[in-house]
Amino acid sequence: MPSIPASSPGGGSGSQGSGVADGDWERVQAEFMKGIWKENPVFVQVLGMCPMLAVTNSAVNAMAMGAATFFVLVGSSFLVSLLRNFIPRQVRISTYIVIIATFVTVADFTLQALLPDIHRELGAFISLIVVNCLILGRQEAFASKNTVKHAVADAVGMAGGFAIALLCLGSVREILGSGSLFGVSLFGSGYEPWVIMILPPGGFIMLGLILLFFNWLKSRRAHWLQSLDKLGEGAR
Amino acid sequence: MAELVWIFFSALLINNFVLSYFLGLCPFFGVSGRLDTAFRLGLATLFVMVITVVCAWALNTFVLPYAPYLRLISFILVIASTVQFVEMFIKKVSPALFRALGIFLPLITTNCAILGLALFMTNREYGLLQGLVFALGAGAGFTLALVLMAGLRQETELSSVPSIVKGTAMNLLMAGILSLAFMGFAGLFSAGS
Amino acid sequence: MNQQQSVLPESANLGADQPSSLRLISTLGLAGLISGLCLVGIYTITLPRIEANKARTLKEAVLQVLPGSVSMEELVWNGQGLIPVEQAGEASYTESIYAAYNRDGSLVGYAIPEDGAGFQDTIRLIYGYRPDSREIVGMRVLESRETPGLGDKIYKDQAFQENFRALSVSPEVVAVKHGSKNAPNQVDCITGATISSKAVVRILRQGNQTWLERIDKSASGTTENGKLPGVPGARNGEVSVPSAEPGIESRRPALPAGSQGR
Repeated sequence: MPSIPASSPGGGSGSQGSGVADGDWERVQAEFMKGIWKENPVFVQVLGMCPMLAVTNSAVNAMAMGAATFFVLVGSSFLVSLLRNFIPRQVRISTYIVIIATFVTVADFTLQALLPDIHRELGAFISLIVVNCLILGRQEAFASKNTVKHAVADAVGMAGGFAIALLCLGSVREILGSGSLFGVSLFGSGYEPWVIMILPPGGFIMLGLILLFFNWLKSRRAHWLQSLDKLGEGAR
Repeated sequence: MAELVWIFFSALLINNFVLSYFLGLCPFFGVSGRLDTAFRLGLATLFVMVITVVCAWALNTFVLPYAPYLRLISFILVIASTVQFVEMFIKKVSPALFRALGIFLPLITTNCAILGLALFMTNREYGLLQGLVFALGAGAGFTLALVLMAGLRQETELSSVPSIVKGTAMNLLMAGILSLAFMGFAGLFSAGS
Repeated sequence: MNQQQSVLPESANLGADQPSSLRLISTLGLAGLISGLCLVGIYTITLPRIEANKARTLKEAVLQVLPGSVSMEELVWNGQGLIPVEQAGEASYTESIYAAYNRDGSLVGYAIPEDGAGFQDTIRLIYGYRPDSREIVGMRVLESRETPGLGDKIYKDQAFQENFRALSVSPEVVAVKHGSKNAPNQVDCITGATISSKAVVRILRQGNQTWLERIDKSASGTTENGKLPGVPGARNGEVSVPSAEPGIESRRPALPAGSQGR
């Protein structure tokens, strides 16, 4: 992938033929891995930024958000893929939204009952998972066209990749912004925290820097491959 | 009255939906390439927000006390279908207005700023009037952020930057600086007394 | 957002394609029905926990701002007196305060929730007021988005909290520059967070303005042990129906109005 694809979630990998029997387990693995790294929803596809930036001012919040998104994405991908032949094309999106909203409400109530403090911190952003483009995008682009097994593998990968990205950003912002990780102080009292990092501008800037880093990695890799090619040609 | 003024300016500047709550980032980055498009999208969002508040208020008052668990689903479905309905209505009544706003309306409906507005309004227990003021502030704030961002992007479009910075990374950094600037509005209303 | 975009136009011209509109409607209806059932289920399961959590948070806050209290009761103002919310009947009240009692069942004071504009976002707080000494005896910030490291000292700074241990409300609560507090009605502002400190004071004043007079009026009829006097409802000969739920804990514990907001 030469640069960040400006494509929508649909640009993913939905086009690969479905229902291939041979090498099935490998395909499941591949669907899983692409979400974690090659098509990471945040770092590569830049999706779902609203929750991404809003809740990553601490690692705990980021993890709770990651877990909630994981639950919703995997649950709805499973259901959508299971029902894919029953849902008429014309009303598919409305049906997906109903399914997703149901899962989100379940996650919301569960979190509120079990971890009220975290729920208070995240506030309305748990409910806002409903409009996370990543989730509807996966239903439309993948779950609605693939078998349950692959859809779940894809969802686990994507949600895992999203959770990892959240955790990265949350950890970095918490370490720099409050000098702690998961609430445990790291640098002692002498450290003057970069408060800006846990404030909104810090979110934008940090994600910008991380994307910059990924772009740099990619350009380095492209460069390296190119020079390798040249080397090969020269030898011939 | 003082409360209404606070609600308006808080949503417009101090707690701008885009730059402080990170709501509506998809259109913020997606449609801020050109100034005139950005402005029209902003207006369309403002319009949808006002409709949303009325819907959310009606649901909160007449339906949800009896079925609180339907909050999220009903917000999404009712808002989406109302906007759809209004869109058809505008198309019939005022084709000019439809051309200005129309294409953006369906896109906006599922924008998180819209649902966020409805949820915040519910959590803060705003009435209809407070909600309307909140919607005007939030919509105007969204437009402001979008227009500023579009201006910045038009300026930087032709300047030479390293290729790895181009695109989303640079937009995020610019949004960060914009958000930093907006932090200066904090205290606007509490500094006086 | 591309997918979402395509929703609406399509649903607008339903039935143009092969499947009958009946099929479409029944699919949507079925999805709605199933999801509704799921939601009712999870709601019924989690509701007791959620209510209990909210009630506990509220009770903790009330008892904390009124040292010495062990139980509480939610009161609303009906125009003539403070009455327990249970007796308020159908009329809905948007604001309420909490009366807290000590072990003997006598009144310790009132916990008053209030909110207002802070430096960044709305600050919600609850404070304890003792009518006998006309003092604020405790204050707790329930929700705020003040700047970390500066404005958040309004709830993190111990010295600032000390201001509210015995803060006289007469003639009025005032904020003074850091280190210049010399009267019981003054609040010592935090250096570097003067605006947030002043915001807290302004919110306290606002709460006092609304409630102190009402409390005084209501107290003029209070009986010896501090329990509430014959409330209008009782005077009219109405019997307050004992509620099935035990006590206030289960009642509308919507303390920080919209505590989930940000």
